[in-house]
Amino acid sequence: MNHSLPVEFGMTVAQFSQWLQTPGLHHFLLISGVLFSLGVFAILTRRNAIMVLMGIELVLNAANINFLAFSRYTTGTLDGHVFAIFVIILAAAEAAIALAIVLNVYQNFNSVNVDEINQLKD
Amino acid sequence: MTMDLFTLAFYLFALITLVSAAVVVFSKNIIYSAFALLFTFFGVAGLYVLMMADFVAIAQLMIYVGGILVLLLFGVMLTTNVISVDIRTGTIQTLPAVLVVSALAGILVGVFWTTDWKVSPSATGFEKTAPRIGELLLSNYLLPFEVASVVLLVALVGAALVARREKKVS
Repeated sequence: MNHSLPVEFGMTVAQFSQWLQTPGLHHFLLISGVLFSLGVFAILTRRNAIMVLMGIELVLNAANINFLAFSRYTTGTLDGHVFAIFVIILAAAEAAIALAIVLNVYQNFNSVNVDEINQLKD
Repeated sequence: MTMDLFTLAFYLFALITLVSAAVVVFSKNIIYSAFALLFTFFGVAGLYVLMMADFVAIAQLMIYVGGILVLLLFGVMLTTNVISVDIRTGTIQTLPAVLVVSALAGILVGVFWTTDWKVSPSATGFEKTAPRIGELLLSNYLLPFEVASVVLLVALVGAALVARREKKVS
């Protein structure tokens, strides 16, 4: 029996309400998981390349929430913060490059729909 | 049954983050998506503050909201004909994506839920993070820090070069 599980099966309503009222590591992780899934859904389904980029930003934010949550609740060191800052830096670089590529693609194809762009040059 | 301020703030920011992220993903209008992304970034910054990551929260606001979001909006405006009705963007592969994403979400939530994380009761948070992050960046993480600065420079030059390339007149 794993006693550190946040919620055991068959717990009472009072226990669950107590769990809800004390946000901790699991709460942040669950939010991050949902945010990650939403981002992946955007990446997989949207046709517009810029919407795909927005999905990537959601995924990166979910990863950052995880870094900071573990930094706060488990290790107690600031290494997670430094990683989060590097993720933000790379996200900025990625957004700039990706937007430049999207603008170029728009010039060449008059469209930024990822399912219509199937050639490297026209 | 009283909830303290931390709990209230947590659920407020969690609600802002998840609802606006859902709007980003499911809205048909790309402009609505871009503006909903603003609220997602704000909500995530609030969650960072609740995790006592003040420096990262400010960096999130300045870089994501002030930089990346403006860049994305410029991209939307430059590549979408706002005046015409073609502003709606469709979706593709919805059914396989729903299956894959629900499996992914189930696995992630299951792992997060059932793993015995080593939550340390002595980790009571941080007082001021900025000075200690600065020390870390100039000691343990000096090489990644310098590499990141070079990456930013290369990205800046590369983006300007790629975006300004003139179309050859044939």
